Amino acid sequence: MSILGTRVVRTEDPVFLTRGATYTDDLTDERLTGALHLTLVRSPLAHARITAIDVEAARQAPGVVAVYTGADLGLDPVVLFPGANKGMKRPWLATEKVRFVGEPVAAVLTEELYQGPDAAELVEIDYDPLPAVIDLRAAATDEVLLFEDVGTNTAAGHGVDDEPAADLFDGCEVVVGHEIVNQRLAAAPLETRAAAAVWGSDGRVTVFCSNQNAQGARDEIARWLGLDRDRVHVILPDVGGGFGAKIGADPEFALVAHLAKLSDRPVRWSESRSENMTGMLQGRAQRQTITIGGGRDGRVKAYRLDILADAGAYPRLGAFLPQFTRMMAPGTYDIERLDTRARVVVTNTTSIGAYRGAGRPEATAAIERAMDLFAAEIGMDPAEVRKCNVIAPDKFPFTSKGGVEYDSGEYAKAIDKALEAAGYAQLRAEQAARRERGDAKLLGLGVSSYVEITGGGAYAENASVEVHPDGTVTVLTGTSPHGQGHATAWAMLASEHLGVPIEKITVRHGDTDLIPRGSGTMGSRSLQTGGVAVYQAAGELVELAKQRAAELLEANVDDLEVDKERAAIVVRGAPGAKSVTFAQLAEQERLQVDTVWDGQKPSFPFGAHVAVVEVDRETGKVTVERLVAVDDAGPVLNPLLFDGQRHGGIAQGISQALLEEVVYDSEGQPLTATFADYGFPSAAELPSFDLVDMQTPTPINPLGYKGVGEAGTIGSTPAVQSAVVDALAHLGVRHIDMPTTPLRVWEAIQTAAKGAE
Amino acid sequence: MSTRAKVEITVNGRPTSADVEPRLLLVHYLRDTVGLKATNIGCDTTSCGACTVLLDGESVKSCTVLAVQADQQSVTTLEGLAELSPGGEPHPMVRAFRAEHGLQCGFCTPGMVLAAVSLLAEHPDPTERDVREGLEGNLCRCTGYHNIVRAVLSAAGKDPDAEQRREAESDAARIAPAFSTGEAGA
Repeated sequence: MSILGTRVVRTEDPVFLTRGATYTDDLTDERLTGALHLTLVRSPLAHARITAIDVEAARQAPGVVAVYTGADLGLDPVVLFPGANKGMKRPWLATEKVRFVGEPVAAVLTEELYQGPDAAELVEIDYDPLPAVIDLRAAATDEVLLFEDVGTNTAAGHGVDDEPAADLFDGCEVVVGHEIVNQRLAAAPLETRAAAAVWGSDGRVTVFCSNQNAQGARDEIARWLGLDRDRVHVILPDVGGGFGAKIGADPEFALVAHLAKLSDRPVRWSESRSENMTGMLQGRAQRQTITIGGGRDGRVKAYRLDILADAGAYPRLGAFLPQFTRMMAPGTYDIERLDTRARVVVTNTTSIGAYRGAGRPEATAAIERAMDLFAAEIGMDPAEVRKCNVIAPDKFPFTSKGGVEYDSGEYAKAIDKALEAAGYAQLRAEQAARRERGDAKLLGLGVSSYVEITGGGAYAENASVEVHPDGTVTVLTGTSPHGQGHATAWAMLASEHLGVPIEKITVRHGDTDLIPRGSGTMGSRSLQTGGVAVYQAAGELVELAKQRAAELLEANVDDLEVDKERAAIVVRGAPGAKSVTFAQLAEQERLQVDTVWDGQKPSFPFGAHVAVVEVDRETGKVTVERLVAVDDAGPVLNPLLFDGQRHGGIAQGISQALLEEVVYDSEGQPLTATFADYGFPSAAELPSFDLVDMQTPTPINPLGYKGVGEAGTIGSTPAVQSAVVDALAHLGVRHIDMPTTPLRVWEAIQTAAKGAE
Repeated sequence: MSTRAKVEITVNGRPTSADVEPRLLLVHYLRDTVGLKATNIGCDTTSCGACTVLLDGESVKSCTVLAVQADQQSVTTLEGLAELSPGGEPHPMVRAFRAEHGLQCGFCTPGMVLAAVSLLAEHPDPTERDVREGLEGNLCRCTGYHNIVRAVLSAAGKDPDAEQRREAESDAARIAPAFSTGEAGA
């Protein structure tokens, strides 16, 4: 029987549940003995000139070994993300001006942990405040510049030079539009950023850090510090969540490495949550203008999406992500005419990077809002409008107007399954009854249809599988789990070929000396790239074992097969004949293969979600009563892990719709810099989720797997937002920006009531 | 900060003592003085519960307790949980978290497990709603709480499927006709 597709509990868990995982700040590695603690002095102002820095008092504080300012580092400002305006360089420690609250200005190294903040208090920095630019539209006017020498706040443009199609909506009976906000979110992994660095006598630096991609972090640290990459060794201990914000190095990691060099001591750093909420990459942050047109029969003909996106103060991956939004703009729909563009501007805020979904949730939220507006305008049920516009199953592979080839999909079927599981028709009747009675608790239904891109960008991944003479197996992977369960899942894929029980299979990742090549875990890529690579490597190892066994068993290779019960090569159809185990073969000669799987394409998981919410008409409070999710990512390797990914994604998606938003005041002061202020959901705010199974394989890999890590987030946000608006639709409400807080909902109700008077 | 205070704290059944700064947080005492690293720090504001331990059997957030406040008391961390269960077997809560996939990255897990142990000590027969509200002070970013709630129900000896159905049906009752006007039958 195949282990693939079965519910297997995680091999990671016994240690995690008894001794705890080992995160970067937990390391007791002897190389870090005597490490100094780094405390960063961060800017309290969003935009200001630095007129003086005095570190003398801090240098005299107990336990202080060194205090550095930017002038002491000997490092030039650096372009963190080459895909954006190359004039927008980030200093390692700000010297002339600061551009966001939380920007590092001085670095304090102390013998003991508690001495750091004490000494940091004594660093005196004089600032001359400048007007801060927080609002995206204000930033786009270039009236206040973050980088005066660059002369513009525009960090990147995607399709901005294309002439907008003037005749886009020709022939449309109905055209509706809206300006909507896809708000800034904090990734907020429970483990904040942490790094530790030590230089060896060989002139190499070892950097331990919390990250999603060791090899990428190595390359960035090397590039930023001007080192040959062979001189940087990155090791990832266990990682306490990433959600996109731990893709590649952060400048602080390289700074830790550089300070270890300057101080000639190991250095370690683990940030506080309030540092994390201003220093770690944040996500989303788009202002979108959507326009949709079509016929009263429900057919959509044209769609326009104009994006103004926030890069934060120093452009990072967020300067590119609106390109993903454009690519996925038409969603699951067969729309004749599409017009999109995105402009990305810098503001005096924390930099924007990837956050679960990274550019695609913004696309789905926009098109789904547009579909709802269109449905409301023509008076058709929103689920019906979607079904009459989705791409038909016989059109795959389908080249979308976003310029990508959707591999496989059954979009209408997914919608139907979700509607059926939710009991949509009955819920609509209940909604009407409540409206009729004038109930205080209104019912809202939201339907989303989504398709997303997984494994976009890095289509290949490497894997190595080795059987040892004691019968144990080591798998090396270039993916980089931080909660996803690769140790279990990759062991299952190897076990499928070898028959070795998963308890005897060790999966290793995140050490650039051991695994020099790899693209990490992001963009829901791991299973369809790294997992398939492990499966392929184990298959190749079987072939190698057969070659060697053929001689020993004096049999034709074609007559050999694997006896999975015994993890051995046997002669087919000859019970009792000679056989040889993988372990015995490994005793004779090292039994190991390296391979690369290259799918050459991304895949396109899809699904449909239905949200049922209750809205208290008097307080504006929204309660999610049900969330029904059909998430089709092809065949399922391990339903326990698969559903776990969906649960987490759905929770984050609901939370964007209802609770979460990073807020700045007009001077750029963050108002949500702790977990006491940020709308992080607890168990009490969420329901259990109704998951519905559907599996449509992709042709791009032999196992048919697509990615599922971000699907839940992408599908649930628009379903919930739509449900909140739907609850108030009879009052004339057409849109409420996220998060749909009680205040916003209450205001929408009041405004609608005034309009009705 | 030259004043130091001597503390004696029983940690996981073993006596520990040290001269500490009066401002030393219990979580740093556990992690850095005693060297038990399972207890994590996830925030600065007593919001996330990653640092939850049992202090004389009750769950506390060890980032909001000074080591000196725990003097002459006993602390249980995740590492010591096995000692609370009969026969040295994995604790029922630990087994339930594994069986139900109640953890992903594992960072909230030590605190979550101890908060859940404390919850069941107070409410041995909880509903899904009780579990959700009882764990409100412990944040998880990975699981959406779905499987954490199942694990706690399961550790309480309940069938998580049945409990989730019951909760869903109670929601259905809430959205049934007349309930929202307060006219539904009891």
